Amino acid sequence: MTTQTARRPSGLMSSRVSDFLRAREVGIALLVVVIVVVTTVNNHHFADSASIQQMLTGASLIALLGVGETMVIVTRNVDLSVGSVLGLSAYIIGDLFKHQHIPAWSGFVVGIAIGAAVGAVNGFITTVLRVPSLVVTLAMLYIIRGLDGVIVNGKTIDPDVIPASFTAVGYKTVFGVPWLAIIVVVVVIAVGYAMRTFRAGRDLYAIGSNPDAAALAGIPIERRVFTAFVVSGALAGLGGALFLALHAQVDNSGGIGYELTVVAAVVVGGVAIFGGSGTVVGAALGALLLNTISQALVASKISAFWNQAIAGALLLAAIGFDRWLTVRLTKRLRSSEGAHRDV
Amino acid sequence: MSSQRSVRKLAAIGTSALLVSVALAACSSSSNNSNSPSTPSGGGSSSGTSIKSGLTVYYIPKDTQNPYEVLADKGGQKALSELGGKVVVSSGSQDTAAAQLPSIQAAIQANADAIVIAGNDPSALCPALNQAAQQGIAIVSFDSDITCGSSPNHLFINQANTQQIGTSEVDLLAKEINKTGQIAILSAAASATNQNAWIKYMKQQLTKYPKMKLVSTVYGNDDPATSLTVLQGLLSAYPNLRGIISPTTVGISTAAQYLDTHKSLLSHLTLTGLGLPSQMKQYVHDGTVKAFELWNPSDLGYLAGYAAASLASGVTTLSPGSTFKAGTLGTYKVLPPAAGTGPSVVLGPPTVFTKANIDQFNF
Amino acid sequence: MSDVSTDVVQSQVPAPAPAERSVQTWWRGLARWETGLFVVLVAVIVFGASESSDFLQTSTLFYLGINVGYIAIMALPMTFVVMTGEIDLSVASMLGLSGATVGLLWHHGWGIWPAFLVALLVGALGGALNGVLVAKVGLPSIAVTIGTLTLFRGLAEILLGSQTVPGLGDRSFPASLTKIGVLPVSGTQLSYSLVIFLVLAVVFGVVLHATPLGRSMIAIGLQPEAARFAGIGVNTIKLGLFVVSGVLSAFAGILLTLQNASVSYSAGIGLELNVVAIVLFGGVSIFGGRGTILGVVLSVAIVGSLQMALTQMQVQPEVQSIITGILLLISVVVPNSGEAVRRVRETLARRRARI
Repeated sequence: MTTQTARRPSGLMSSRVSDFLRAREVGIALLVVVIVVVTTVNNHHFADSASIQQMLTGASLIALLGVGETMVIVTRNVDLSVGSVLGLSAYIIGDLFKHQHIPAWSGFVVGIAIGAAVGAVNGFITTVLRVPSLVVTLAMLYIIRGLDGVIVNGKTIDPDVIPASFTAVGYKTVFGVPWLAIIVVVVVIAVGYAMRTFRAGRDLYAIGSNPDAAALAGIPIERRVFTAFVVSGALAGLGGALFLALHAQVDNSGGIGYELTVVAAVVVGGVAIFGGSGTVVGAALGALLLNTISQALVASKISAFWNQAIAGALLLAAIGFDRWLTVRLTKRLRSSEGAHRDV
Repeated sequence: MSSQRSVRKLAAIGTSALLVSVALAACSSSSNNSNSPSTPSGGGSSSGTSIKSGLTVYYIPKDTQNPYEVLADKGGQKALSELGGKVVVSSGSQDTAAAQLPSIQAAIQANADAIVIAGNDPSALCPALNQAAQQGIAIVSFDSDITCGSSPNHLFINQANTQQIGTSEVDLLAKEINKTGQIAILSAAASATNQNAWIKYMKQQLTKYPKMKLVSTVYGNDDPATSLTVLQGLLSAYPNLRGIISPTTVGISTAAQYLDTHKSLLSHLTLTGLGLPSQMKQYVHDGTVKAFELWNPSDLGYLAGYAAASLASGVTTLSPGSTFKAGTLGTYKVLPPAAGTGPSVVLGPPTVFTKANIDQFNF
Repeated sequence: MSDVSTDVVQSQVPAPAPAERSVQTWWRGLARWETGLFVVLVAVIVFGASESSDFLQTSTLFYLGINVGYIAIMALPMTFVVMTGEIDLSVASMLGLSGATVGLLWHHGWGIWPAFLVALLVGALGGALNGVLVAKVGLPSIAVTIGTLTLFRGLAEILLGSQTVPGLGDRSFPASLTKIGVLPVSGTQLSYSLVIFLVLAVVFGVVLHATPLGRSMIAIGLQPEAARFAGIGVNTIKLGLFVVSGVLSAFAGILLTLQNASVSYSAGIGLELNVVAIVLFGGVSIFGGRGTILGVVLSVAIVGSLQMALTQMQVQPEVQSIITGILLLISVVVPNSGEAVRRVRETLARRRARI
């Protein structure tokens, strides 16, 4: 009985609000298109296939990390350890290629395993000990970075020790679409579908919207949040493998500072930082938007010194625009409901 | 040995924070001891007579992980072990002045004989370094110089003549692109002192090639992802780009990987710059990059070590024309201050790496 | 039907976290936490003194102040901001922007005091931008201040570019001011920045623990809705706190510029998470409403002395980073562990009972 009443609003919300959420993602996608078009008017080579391939490639790692981050943020948590996990995973995979000569495919397995392990630690401390995830993952950021440094110890992984079939993932294309982008799109579709369709996925939204109600509804909050952290870690670990495939080398600096970029991309993508709403498609588009902006600024021959300030201003604009849209749509929903009720 | 050390470290981390540091203190002191046995070799014997033994030199690299700086630190350790002294490598884990400051303070407090530093900021470390100098600590800078006002209180070990690095890279590119076409620079951070000094001379040298035009300088912040994004922006902004100079190891290797995987660009685009042979080997062999430059970072650290020891022992001074012996590298002379730099010593001309010679180098 | 719209609105509003906040329990937990910090501080000092022969030099105290003083100053307004359930990640960028402002004006021949004034004004404006977006527009502070983190650092880069001030041909900053980087306050071993921090800490401590404003901030952090109903100007207070944070970050930028006797656009880059870590380690709850200035002061002392001791002992910085992380974890796990154990026991007991 309690289960039913508590689940009703969230079920209704998903059906009704999903339209407007989708509209929000369309908005971000349109923004990307507008930037590409405006830049292309100035410089018609910006729409060349190589340039567009790089827009996709350049956004793919942040988008991938953004998928996991979305799962975590939707539950009203945050994962600041993703950049350090990416760096650690990339180096360890490289080191295994160099010294153990492991087969190329196993690099991906190792990456995912390392990430999932760190994610499990994050999830365990957050859920079982009930410690705020921001503090846990900030601490893990320090710890993993330090651990990475101790392991790397000034060494590098150079291109010649990495199997060619592994780096091929970083640059090969299928009908002009980079493999990196395909992998990320597959992950986005899979996780996006799971979060919309499966009960466990929808539970994540319920937990974020109203934890107390979720608990009353009998949702296993701790298990769901734990899973979100494990997936976020696993994707960051996979990101490490893709980082190595893309750049064909790594030292201790892989993924430094990614954590805030990922959170920024997710927020620009319309995921509410306090949980309960937002989609992985939005997060991925947010990452695409940020990368497109930086690439467009260089292509528009704007002085490199302006890059960061403009990126920051656009970020604020995106958050503000999103807010404006939400307020407007909420009003419209309200008035249309009022009308509905009258009838 | 290093793996053993890290295993011990990892084991310790699990127990408790304080225990870790105790265990590590034990580790690091034992590793220092293993460096001290000294057998003067090569040219060291002649100068060794007048250089004090038991000197302690603090090496403060940009950060403790930068592969280039790690090689230089090892060169320094070699120099000091030849001289019967010891090297302490101390720095932060990020390339910031704030992270280097505690290391300078530790050197002052430990009454070190000399500091060898690669500055993350040209001026921010000056107050601390001036304090060190006032205490009688010899100051040597390498890789990236510090500029501490007019008082010449330190010796800069220049990897190669700053002007020569700038001009030779332009010359190298000019030869490959037949002195014609648009070119661009892919640099590290906008505030990097050494990069800006080289770029200044590149621009000067370009006046000699009227048909070559520098269209843009972009900054990849020594981050592979950022470097890749700005590189692609550059390529779409200037489709007729003929050449790229990247005077930083991260920039050139990132660009090389991109060109290697987009071979069609190679028909009209040439890449050169400063890179580590170990990272660039593959790209030179498959023809992506024809030639690039660097010096031996280990020699640079080795020379800095001898310079520091000679200054600390009073064997040489900062006045122009004074000389000192640098072990197997021979004798070096202190050059007079020039615009923007104080007294300096130049390691030598940079090595140009091509398919013919790259396999001889192991750094 | 109306459920739908309220749900949408609610999901955008920062809601209180599901933590237990009985006044009595947090007060007791707090007392324990500061005692714990004090014990850790003593342990660090004893450890430093026994493991590093240089630790007991008087200069250690001065250097500690030089290294953490300006960071600690940013930690005070951050404490207030976090107390009210918000966060300001733009502090280190504001520090850089303030330094760049001083540098640019000085480069163009301005006097040092007018340049400082403009820098502080920039700090107030930047803080007001954060504050308006968070308190008036209602945007989440973590997102807003990641945006201004990028924006402020970008503006600093536009102002100074690849230039360092003073560069060739520039006047040096006045030696009477830059001495704060090399000389302690006369008669002591304390750096000027540390003394300023301690004075500010007293002010912040009095405001937090002995004024209606401080009680309002705690109330906002504990129960924003209740605070609003109680007539507390939640938005005005939050806006004010962001302005204070901007101004003091700008002030820290001025201090760092003088300590270094120079400035470049990248000054203080990446310090925002260090500031947050200090505040959290000091026992301030990330959910707001819980924490003391004394805890933050002890946290600064621990972080500063640990860095001095470990650097003197030649412990590599990566291990220092690991230790920082572990301490941070301990700081949140230990106060919660008693409750966690109890909870696990209860769950087990329930299961057993069911069988």
